[in-house]
Amino acid sequence: MSTDRHDHNGVNRRKVLECMTWAGTGILWTVAGGVPRSLGLVDEAMAQGAGPLTFLQISDSHMGFDKPANPNVNGTLEEAIGKIKAMPAQPSFIIHTGDITHLSKPAEFDDAEKIISQAKLDVHYVPGEHDIIDDEVKLYRERYGRGTRGLGWYSFDAGGVHFIGLVNVANLKAGGLGTLGPEQLAWLEDDLKGKSASTPMVVFAHIPLWAVYPQWGWGTDDSGRALELMKGFGSVTVLNGHIHQVMQKVEGNVSFHTARSTAFPQPAPGSAPSPGPMKVADEKLRGLLGVASVTFKQGEQRLAIIDQPLQG
Amino acid sequence: MTTRKVPAAASAAANLSAVLVAALIFLASPVWAADATVKIDNFTFDPPRLTVKAGATVTWYNEDDIPHTVAATGKQFRSKALDTDGKFSFTFTTPGSYEYFCSLHPHMTGVIVVEAATGSTQ
Repeated sequence: MSTDRHDHNGVNRRKVLECMTWAGTGILWTVAGGVPRSLGLVDEAMAQGAGPLTFLQISDSHMGFDKPANPNVNGTLEEAIGKIKAMPAQPSFIIHTGDITHLSKPAEFDDAEKIISQAKLDVHYVPGEHDIIDDEVKLYRERYGRGTRGLGWYSFDAGGVHFIGLVNVANLKAGGLGTLGPEQLAWLEDDLKGKSASTPMVVFAHIPLWAVYPQWGWGTDDSGRALELMKGFGSVTVLNGHIHQVMQKVEGNVSFHTARSTAFPQPAPGSAPSPGPMKVADEKLRGLLGVASVTFKQGEQRLAIIDQPLQG
Repeated sequence: MTTRKVPAAASAAANLSAVLVAALIFLASPVWAADATVKIDNFTFDPPRLTVKAGATVTWYNEDDIPHTVAATGKQFRSKALDTDGKFSFTFTTPGSYEYFCSLHPHMTGVIVVEAATGSTQ
């Protein structure tokens, strides 16, 4: 795919449809002009060359899951990593937005490491609720918690962008949603101090930081406080997983986006009795795992992300 | 885990088939009758509100294809993560109302109401 559609306002519909046909299993993000945009994996990576910062988001690998919705989660994660390796221009790093494992077992973490490391890229993790259910709640921190606070929150800078990894899956309250908690919020306030308002922010956490569907627990109780702290920044992009499907919303300076899982799909909000793993016909499964394509609204530093399943 | 006292019933039924023995114990055992189960499926506790007598053991069975936990809001009990087919039991000795939730999916809530034992355990 050529780069020409980035030079014009709007999007060439045919190009978008073409873009939807690539076989991707992650979301590739690029930051250009301070605004992160998600891209189709292969074509766009080629188009972008070595220019702007690019990174990839994968989520919800659920190593160890073996139910009918996908009895081979190792295989689909391998396929996802294979796609990344096949990209002509490699992203700078990967963000994994949690639920690396299904049951926080050492062998599950080992499998994830074995497969994801094949990408030969730095990976920045945040935990999902499935990653902290070992008896002593230590395996995630032992493996991924170095240099982080609490159960694993941290920030780093890359390519002029400030990245913030948050943990909203611990110390959950009965009847509530995801929680950041006062300690993490105080850290966030401190972390943002002195940052220029023009610094693009990318915030990533497992459970959506917006109320996708509270009836199913798809939201974070105190995310409003975190977003309040980021009100002064011109560009904030929030990346989440947990719901195993693409959802997005733009609100003022904040773009919210959830990634697909590499393991199994979950139903659209309210479309099933529960948010459990969704069984689909075998030939449809890969169309629902980690596939994203995006269209851009040019100008005004504003973006509109559109994601579609590859099939259907 | 439930503790079942069966010797008396078992000896009376010594000549019956194993199936009949099991059925007889089930019908005759007052201790067992007080115990109860809660099914976990579709991200819900079923029944969400359960009333038992003091001394009853409640067993939660996870029939969902996602792991869940059973955690008392007042911290009186807390299971490990229960994978599919996992179970957890707790014996309630003190009357009261015990609210609990799934610590992984906290919108899942339930309550066990424990009434004082009255001698009759029907």
